Amino acid sequence: MNSPAENSPADDRAHVLRAQDVMLYLSGVTVSFDGFKALNNLSLYIRPGEMRAIIGPNGAGKTTMMDVITGKTRADEGDVYFNGDVDLSKLDEAAIANLGIGRKFQKPTVFENLTVFENLELALKTDRGPFATLLFRLSKAQAARIDEVLQTISLTEQYGMQAGALSHGQKQWLEIGMLLMQDPELLLVDEPVAGMTDAETDQTADLLRTIARERSVIVVEHDMEFVRRLDTMVTVLHEGSVLAEGSLARVQADERVIEVYLGR
Amino acid sequence: MPRCLAYLTVLLVAGLLAAAPLRAADLRPLIDNLANGGFKGTAKAVDELAATGDPDAVPVLSALLEGALYQRKSDKQVFRAEKAGRELKLFDAVTGTPVETVAKRAARKVKVNNRLRKQIRGALGTLTLLSPDPDQRRSGADAVFKTPAPENAVLLRAAIAKETDEVVRRRMQRALAAVTLRHDSDSTARIAAVETLGSFTDQDVRGVLSAVLLTDRDGNPLEADAELRAAASAALAGVESRLEFWSAAESVFHGLSLSSVLLLAAIGLAITFGVMGVINMAHGEMVMLGAYTTFVIQEIIRASHPALFDYSLFIAIPAAFLVAGTVGVGIERGVIRFLYGRPLETLLATWGLSLILQQTVRSIFGPTNKEVGTPSWMSGALEFDSGLVLTYNRLAIIFFALAVLAVLMLLLRYTAFGLRMRAVTQNRGMASAMGIRTGQIDALTFGLGSGIAGMAGVALSQIDNVSPNLGQAYIVDSFMVVVFGGVGNLWGTFFGGMSLGLVNKFLEPYAGAVLGKILVLVAIILFIQRRPRGLFALKGRAVEN
Amino acid sequence: MSSAAHIPELRTGPLSGLLLSLPLGGKIMLGLLALAALLVPLLNLAVPADSFFHVPAYMVALLGKYLCYALLALSVDLVWGFCGILSLGHGAFFGLGGYAMGMYLMRQIGPRGVYGDPLLPDFMVFLNWQELPWFWYGFDMFPFAMVMVLLAPGLLAFLFGWLAFRSRVTGVYLSIITQAMTYALMLAFFRNDMGFGGNNGLTDFKDLLGFDLQSDATRSGLFVASAVSLALGYLICAAIVRSKFGRVLEAIRDAESRVRFLGYRVEYYKLFVFTLSAMMAGVAGALYVPQVGIINPAEFAPANSIEIVIWVAVGGRGTLYGAALGAILVNYAKTYFTGALPEIWLFMLGALFVSVTLFMPKGIVGVLRQAGRNGILGALYGRGRLGEEHGT
Repeated sequence: MNSPAENSPADDRAHVLRAQDVMLYLSGVTVSFDGFKALNNLSLYIRPGEMRAIIGPNGAGKTTMMDVITGKTRADEGDVYFNGDVDLSKLDEAAIANLGIGRKFQKPTVFENLTVFENLELALKTDRGPFATLLFRLSKAQAARIDEVLQTISLTEQYGMQAGALSHGQKQWLEIGMLLMQDPELLLVDEPVAGMTDAETDQTADLLRTIARERSVIVVEHDMEFVRRLDTMVTVLHEGSVLAEGSLARVQADERVIEVYLGR
Repeated sequence: MPRCLAYLTVLLVAGLLAAAPLRAADLRPLIDNLANGGFKGTAKAVDELAATGDPDAVPVLSALLEGALYQRKSDKQVFRAEKAGRELKLFDAVTGTPVETVAKRAARKVKVNNRLRKQIRGALGTLTLLSPDPDQRRSGADAVFKTPAPENAVLLRAAIAKETDEVVRRRMQRALAAVTLRHDSDSTARIAAVETLGSFTDQDVRGVLSAVLLTDRDGNPLEADAELRAAASAALAGVESRLEFWSAAESVFHGLSLSSVLLLAAIGLAITFGVMGVINMAHGEMVMLGAYTTFVIQEIIRASHPALFDYSLFIAIPAAFLVAGTVGVGIERGVIRFLYGRPLETLLATWGLSLILQQTVRSIFGPTNKEVGTPSWMSGALEFDSGLVLTYNRLAIIFFALAVLAVLMLLLRYTAFGLRMRAVTQNRGMASAMGIRTGQIDALTFGLGSGIAGMAGVALSQIDNVSPNLGQAYIVDSFMVVVFGGVGNLWGTFFGGMSLGLVNKFLEPYAGAVLGKILVLVAIILFIQRRPRGLFALKGRAVEN
Repeated sequence: MSSAAHIPELRTGPLSGLLLSLPLGGKIMLGLLALAALLVPLLNLAVPADSFFHVPAYMVALLGKYLCYALLALSVDLVWGFCGILSLGHGAFFGLGGYAMGMYLMRQIGPRGVYGDPLLPDFMVFLNWQELPWFWYGFDMFPFAMVMVLLAPGLLAFLFGWLAFRSRVTGVYLSIITQAMTYALMLAFFRNDMGFGGNNGLTDFKDLLGFDLQSDATRSGLFVASAVSLALGYLICAAIVRSKFGRVLEAIRDAESRVRFLGYRVEYYKLFVFTLSAMMAGVAGALYVPQVGIINPAEFAPANSIEIVIWVAVGGRGTLYGAALGAILVNYAKTYFTGALPEIWLFMLGALFVSVTLFMPKGIVGVLRQAGRNGILGALYGRGRLGEEHGT
């Protein structure tokens, strides 16, 4: 598993690491909205199989960073590479998703008028073209896979229910389940435990750790307790760039971090 | 002939110096002389009539030119006559009062030939050059310019010397230059005339100057004087480039006028759609209500205080604002507030309201166009020497549109209502938490947008037909303006309106009005694909949510 | 729980499986259409004119017109009800299909026109045109004309959609530019030099495939063709919305950007369904023209296109058969009121727009389903409701 890089600040590694060595490579990314820099020369590297927690105060650029990775927002400057040589800045959302980058949104967005089963079926990794979809028939193996995920996210009983009727926590899990159906190499998870009970939060942390055994995961979260439970390397964003990186303990001890985020 | 001319000149100059034309002279014998002595005698009589300088001779000579003068055989008197079957109606040649109706055989037509016609035209110009009315003098000068006879030169010089009105004097100089160019033999004088003509900017001068440059079939110039040709060519280039400029200016004016109409119709929409995000398909009907309010107000004024008619629009503007605004508030409270967050449903419901409003107006006022009068201060036009005509009603609409936009911007920026309105549209929940009654603000905002549409209706009633379908004609266009300019931005609406109006008018000469409009629509459809959020789009995450 | 429980029945053939999976309303609609296709021609042709059961010829044409409107409404419901594209320009596709048919019918007139020109339609002779414009070639052949009925609206929808969907123009913006599209077409077709008869459009048709358009048998034939087309259109739409494709459409309607992040190219889906819908509208227009005997640029008027939307809303958005029902009901009301109380009709139509959006957002079918849920019609309607909402 990934051990936090102990004593190398992000800036120093920029010329050491090359895009080819990492799964996700963000270098010098800047995004501005009408003069306001949401991301300011941001550099971030995620290795295969790594789980990374991203924390930072409101407006630090966490969601914008996810938008840039998934193609929702274009970077004004900087490089975004996936798996070494795929330039994400030239692809649209659908192409990026099909490359194997899955995203869970801050506000749970499941398809409320479809059933739980249908939500998962839509996320199933198959040909996404319109004609293939028109003629699509669910195979036994695919149905089994859906069953499996239903069990993982504890929604087997609710499979025929409209997603809109689920509780908030269940919607969060359904969305994680949809991520799993996509079978991505990299998962971007935005505030997965917002609005969850403590028990649900614990279960979610376990679930994410299980997932991270096979895939790279980036988790954006406010809940420090949850981040502690993830027990992984933490990146602190502030005003659109990386303020600190390291284990949670190390980051929490950092003067600058305390000043902008944790101290008050 | 030279003697005659000298006589004429003396008389004229004397007349001019006397500062009063020979009004008292009895024209009657001179008029009767028109029918005596064949063409020669007629020519002499025409000269004598012209020499009187009496404006009363003008209708007589005009009638002669048209071949409408007849001599009554019984007493050899000359009358103007109109044919009525086998009879002739005789009128007094000067006053136009009917005299009697006689059989055709009882009168003889005073005949004119081409030479005489030319002489009469010149005489007419001469006569009007002396008129006390500056408009008459001006048209006299223009008449001489169009048929420059050599004998006019002396008179023109005299008239120019005496003329006090600058515009008329310029016209006279133009005529004199045309006469000199055509009839003078002195090369220097002709070149000077060409230069004088070159200082004018109109199509007629262009025609006269290009006539100098005409060539025969073999390409040899008809005008022998090379120096003159060069001068004419230089003058012509100047005239043409200025003409081009003025024609562009005219296009700009027409474009601006269309723009301001679009702008007026779109400003209200910029409030309801741009600021509130409500698609109001009944917006056009708010404009229509404003126009009908103007009609009603004018009817009331006509019936009760006709003297106030010139001020009717000043009463109609606030009235239209109130009427349309009240209807708008009613629509918001009655329908739209239940549909916030469901733009497509709002679109359908307001379309239904537009049908109802149209049919209501149709039931009350009938389906035909209503006549809305133009106050006297708005009729007429600002005319320039160069032929550029700026009609007052369009000028007034341009200023009105700009004034409405300015007032609205100030209102939004500097008043408490504007502040609250912006607060509600930007963050409804927060505004409500700060104690702003969001419902009230919504209703007032919508009322404001609708009221402005009503005021647009007052303006439109001055240039368009007032009918129940008035609004329909503008709804697509005003949406295009708002969408093109960028939603939620009044400057965007301003530039959207201006550019659409100008582009429309500049395309018209090349593509025709309908095709031009189609091209503009297609262009906007393509533009929206490029910039889905318009010219002045806001960027950022907040916009997308 | 076993996976087999989640899979729709696959054991039956594709068509019978589809038929079985239809909601009750859809089955009723197909049944009624079959019945009408049999009875209306029979009662018109075989029953003597003085009989109580005789259906007069004008009524056959009127009913046929309603069926064309129903097909048009169906096409709008496919894009609006299931994909959230509120098209205010479907009248354009309807009109283009109609013009393609009208051009064929014009060419069929041949030398029987007022001016007797063997090649040029009357309006061209009137305008002193010397030869047939290039785009009128081929329309003397029925198969070519039928291809154009599909191709002309399909191509326009494809081009328009390709530009609009790729640039992610959505919501009211899309609605407004579809309206601008049909408005521009209306202005264009009003022009005489476009070559489509200008203001007057195309009319004075004589026969179709050699059958006299005035004869009762031809009218009955057209009625049957309309009924069959509506049934086919319904089945195609139902098959699409019941497939996974349909669920992608619904997902796009509800949360478009989320669908992109799942890896679906939203624009391709929209383009497919928009183009298909435009072709269906074109077919509706092509069937409409010989039954009413005229096509003119008024069909492109923005008001017409918005009216189609209200048919769908009245019947019930996103239910397909509800759209057809709404089209027939509203148009029946229109026929009745414009005849009996012409002053009232626009008030009624306007009130319909307002009241349906405010009080009946799910339309008549929605009200019936609610009633079914409340048990009033539960016994009759319950099964259809379940089948509809879960698509399984």
